[in-house]
Amino acid sequence: MNILVCISKAPDTTSKIAFTNGNTQFDENGVQYIVNPYDEWYALVRALELKEAQGGNVTIITVGTASDDAVIRKALAIGADDAIRIDALATDAYFVAMQIAEYAKGKGFDLILTGKETIDYNGSQVAGMIAEALELPYISIATKLDVAGSTISCEREIVGGMQEVEVQAPAVISCAKGMAEQRIPNMRGIMAARTKPLNVVAPAALEALTTFSTYSMPAAKSSVKLIDPNNLDELVALLHNEAKVI
Amino acid sequence: MNLVYINSANGLSKAALETVTYAKKLGADVAVVTNGNAAAELLATLGAYGASTVLQDAGVDGQDPSQLVKLVAAAAAKVGASTIIFSHDLIGKAVAPRLSVRLKAGLVAGAVALPEADGSTKVNVFSGKAFGYVKVNSAVRIISLLPNSIQPEQTGGNCSTEAFDSQAGSSAISVKATKKPEGAIPLPEAELVVSAGRGLKGPENWGMVEDLAAALGAATACSRPVADIGWRPHHEHVGQTGVAIRPNLYIAAGISGAIQHLAGVNGSKVIVVINTDAEAPFFKAADYGIVGDAFEVLPRFTEAVKRFRAAQH
Repeated sequence: MNILVCISKAPDTTSKIAFTNGNTQFDENGVQYIVNPYDEWYALVRALELKEAQGGNVTIITVGTASDDAVIRKALAIGADDAIRIDALATDAYFVAMQIAEYAKGKGFDLILTGKETIDYNGSQVAGMIAEALELPYISIATKLDVAGSTISCEREIVGGMQEVEVQAPAVISCAKGMAEQRIPNMRGIMAARTKPLNVVAPAALEALTTFSTYSMPAAKSSVKLIDPNNLDELVALLHNEAKVI
Repeated sequence: MNLVYINSANGLSKAALETVTYAKKLGADVAVVTNGNAAAELLATLGAYGASTVLQDAGVDGQDPSQLVKLVAAAAAKVGASTIIFSHDLIGKAVAPRLSVRLKAGLVAGAVALPEADGSTKVNVFSGKAFGYVKVNSAVRIISLLPNSIQPEQTGGNCSTEAFDSQAGSSAISVKATKKPEGAIPLPEAELVVSAGRGLKGPENWGMVEDLAAALGAATACSRPVADIGWRPHHEHVGQTGVAIRPNLYIAAGISGAIQHLAGVNGSKVIVVINTDAEAPFFKAADYGIVGDAFEVLPRFTEAVKRFRAAQH
């Protein structure tokens, strides 16, 4: 089974979020990049588990510049066999998805996995876009993934519950919590990652469909109003009269 | 023409009314497309929120997003849509990106407000820690609206309904089983949420949380450690790696407020924090705080809500 896992870099969850250049760019100053947790913990680790059980190959792919190679090596250290970096700035979800689809076309991947969203732009877009571009079925926000022969079975979130579904490979699946557990790379993995193939591919000629024009920060919260724990009637009255939420 | 896709499988959800209201406020006429067997009388009530016509394809069950993509694309061609609106819920997340590629139309994923004067649309980024303003460079745009970003508004008006055969083809995804907890309010749609963390000491103490939620008509939620140790089901876990919610009121008991938890709830309009530790970081993000023991405060809170509700009637 050949699995393509799409990974994205993302700022570490504890990063200070700020903008620069007249609030038009994310301020990368002092930001530590990690593999987007959904891509790593769920998509990549589940892909490795499937490969370990059934054989095959796990390729990771990202759209980015040479500065992203450190993040790619980390994913290789966790156990992916090889990596593709499409050498372009990731301008929007459409651009990223179409670059990946362009690369994957005709390569015979049985499964294309992504995390359910990235923790920076939170759009949940790339997997569905790849599926449409390659005309493949798409199971979104799956919390379980198993493969038997060419049958892929998943548990997916639906509005107000869960659903068990099946689809025939090849398919695109976005992965969420429940599918696998985080793996910490060991020293052997880190050493091996240095020599694993990281192939840099020239991007296809494509235009983004969207642009982030500016950014802003939420208004600072005014300080908390403390309520006497013995006077909950006061809190209920405030929630009704002042906050108007009940 | 603005086109809205709604899921009408379980009646008209608040999310559906929000998207129709949003489309109306964008200006231009509003057409709605839906699948399934909802009664025409029910769909016609969307006229009050600004829809002028509803196209209904009863032949599409909606299990496969690629069918819904064909349905919405066919409706968009029929009505000549320039803006297409989804709710940014599980269906919107599955369908809108596919439609973006199919129509080569830019997608604003997770809008939290109407477009600005310069045409850009505000979305949450960095897990709610900031906002971004997205511009679409294509002639047709798609917007998925984060639930509970605007309130449904009745402006009055009539609406026609029409059977619509979109030729959406068959589903490639076969459904083996569906599990839906009876009567529970789906967390992403809930306006009021009562949540608790490890401070509750064990799953046997969740009755206090459920009692307050029942008195308020709220959904229940929990922190990550609580879901990880199995005290509560995973679908209740709110936070960075769980569900992100933006209710009107979020009540957190016994949750310290780690940055990863805040990422899932910082879109809430009002936050109430109950914690024994006055230094808990969550108080910095709270509107109202109670320094006290959840075991004493939650039952008193429930009684106070009941007194308030009784006085209202």
